[in-house]
Amino acid sequence: MPREGILVQNPYKRLTDEQVSRIHQASIEILSDPGLISFNRQAADIFNANGAKVEVISSGESPCWLIKIPEKLVLQALDSTPKTVKLGARNPENTLIMNGEEPRVYFVSGSETNIWLDVDFPTYVKKSERSTEIQVPEFHPRRGTVDDLCKSAHVCEHLETLDGYIRTVNIQDKDITEDNKDVNKFFASLNNTTKHFMSGLTNLKQLDNVVNMAKLIVGGEKELKENPIISFITCLVKSPLQFIEDTTDILIEVCRRGLPVVVSSSPQAGTTAPIKEAGILAQINAEVLAGITLSQLVNKGTPVLYGSVPVRARMDTLSDSYGSVETSQYNIDCTQIARFYKIPNYSTAGVCDTKTPGQQASIERLFSDIAVTLSGPQYLHCAYGLLDCNAVFCLLQAVLDDAHFKMIKFFLNSPGISEGDINEVLKQIREVVETPQKMYVRHIRPLMRSGELSAPYPFEGEGEGDNVFALAYERMNQLLAQPVEHIDPATTAKIFQEIPGLLPRLNVYEKGGKQ
Amino acid sequence: MSEEIIASLKENVIQGRKTAEDEGIEEGMVGTPAVVELTQQALEKKVSLEAIITQALTAGMHVVGEKFTAKEYFIPDMLASAEAVGAAMDILKPHLEASHIETKGRVAIATVKGDIHDIGKNIVTTLLKGAGYEVNDLGVDVPTEKILEVVRKEKPDFLGLSALLTTTMVAMGEITEALKEEGLRDKVKVLIGGAAVSDEYAQEIGADAYCIDGFHAIKTLDAFQEVKV
Repeated sequence: MPREGILVQNPYKRLTDEQVSRIHQASIEILSDPGLISFNRQAADIFNANGAKVEVISSGESPCWLIKIPEKLVLQALDSTPKTVKLGARNPENTLIMNGEEPRVYFVSGSETNIWLDVDFPTYVKKSERSTEIQVPEFHPRRGTVDDLCKSAHVCEHLETLDGYIRTVNIQDKDITEDNKDVNKFFASLNNTTKHFMSGLTNLKQLDNVVNMAKLIVGGEKELKENPIISFITCLVKSPLQFIEDTTDILIEVCRRGLPVVVSSSPQAGTTAPIKEAGILAQINAEVLAGITLSQLVNKGTPVLYGSVPVRARMDTLSDSYGSVETSQYNIDCTQIARFYKIPNYSTAGVCDTKTPGQQASIERLFSDIAVTLSGPQYLHCAYGLLDCNAVFCLLQAVLDDAHFKMIKFFLNSPGISEGDINEVLKQIREVVETPQKMYVRHIRPLMRSGELSAPYPFEGEGEGDNVFALAYERMNQLLAQPVEHIDPATTAKIFQEIPGLLPRLNVYEKGGKQ
Repeated sequence: MSEEIIASLKENVIQGRKTAEDEGIEEGMVGTPAVVELTQQALEKKVSLEAIITQALTAGMHVVGEKFTAKEYFIPDMLASAEAVGAAMDILKPHLEASHIETKGRVAIATVKGDIHDIGKNIVTTLLKGAGYEVNDLGVDVPTEKILEVVRKEKPDFLGLSALLTTTMVAMGEITEALKEEGLRDKVKVLIGGAAVSDEYAQEIGADAYCIDGFHAIKTLDAFQEVKV
């Protein structure tokens, strides 16, 4: 049985069907005029061989091509793109099945931040009353490490609402190089969670190593096809409308191996895309369609996710503003557009502009978490622990976010208004009005224990004090203390034998290895 | 046999089952005798009233209280158990009177004139009954004259007054004044409760205590009764 996620009944739509159709037409127009600039030779060749109009713009040190993609190629690609995508998992019960037409939402972590935020709770003494002490959370940013990645995968394994794991933090240990980053990133994550693992790739040369690692875990190539425990994110398009050399190569090679891949674009309204909603939508859709078309030209039937990470620019710095209301609007729009194509949508919510957990973080992330979830994207990434517009990951925040998503999932439960429910409550009402105290309280009890009543906020303190952070921190440590199911010793030994570049300290069965 | 009935009665108090059709905390109890049926059975089997009250009803409520303190039970559980015990006490009442056995105390309770809010008062009533008090619930929007009449004629040990609104709480002061004028003030302990009132207000109008909730009301009444003994 796959994970259930949450099925959104009557998903929220911002756009009319006509508006979606108009955006589609505008994107098709963009793909043929002005088209895309490709800094990737393979992409230019593939489009050229399949009937696109390709012109050399520059043939110097940085060669590039202008690709004008005809509508027919795009429509053929949309036709061959699978409408259902399966993302496997080490524990088959954590499999995710996404159907482009079904608004079933899976909540997923991400993205890859450079900064990891530690927290501690120093004690402060009140100046005017020395006997009064309080503990105040303090947050300390530092560069992320492979140990942090293990810890985050470990906690995410135990977060009830988290359906899949995208690597959260960029590993920047001294012994991590461009050549060994991918294998260590994949192993650290896969060894600490039995949920689906998705990541970008730093170095194309490492693709076969990480794919072979996955094959060793599941038992072979056929098994990996049936249970793709890993998938890839490729931001092959740099907005506006440019195929990047290295990430486009990664997309092409992942597609050749037939593994699931996210074709993602992240334009910024105001700088790398028009500020007007119609403009950013038409452009991001053109960019994603270009990537999907390329994926299907490389390998028809490659499972892809429509990856939309649109964001508005901040007016004070012109940096990303994930906390802006428009960012949620764009994401909801993209979910609708992806559903128009019946392709599962990789969407974004929960990232905030502020740098540390607190009131602003809660308001910004809860707003987008609720709004975007209501639109029914299949794969909602970035939803746990991200702060400072994707620059910072905080495990404590991820634990807090799990509580948010429990509330959101509960909110989306179907209403219980069946014939049986009506008959039961009519009987109840008739009984209760005849009693002297006229209270329904005793009828709460069956619901109270069956999970039909929402749970109170889990980090509510005693009395009037706000102990949310301290209680969430306690919970985080409880989750870290719970064991995770590591890859078994024999497979681990094989992986360390066959896959080069793995850090010995990641082998939990060897002396010095971290559990 | 009587031991079995007592044990079963106590267990059903813990489960909060008033009648056979009630669900308990545990599965599969629907259809089995609950507090009302078991109390009747106990009387038919001539189980002593003292055993029914102390070993089954009070002992069961004691366990419920412990579970509530341990956060294993919530207020609906507490109320369900209290309501079941209240129903048992209603069945036992004529037998107690015939045997000249007194309840823990007699309480008259009302929401004062002009106020129709009664959730808090009803919870207090249920909990007090569950704790073994005999409660006469006068209802809502009760005129001062009616309250005086009940105090005069029925001579309750306690008078509980409830008000939610700042506009109606003044009726509480009028009642304590009227009790004084009628020479009844020292015949009854007056306790007040409700969102509008406070400890300070209780002192201001000369009430004997302010009860923050039903559990506090039980403790307060028990404390007064202990002093009396």
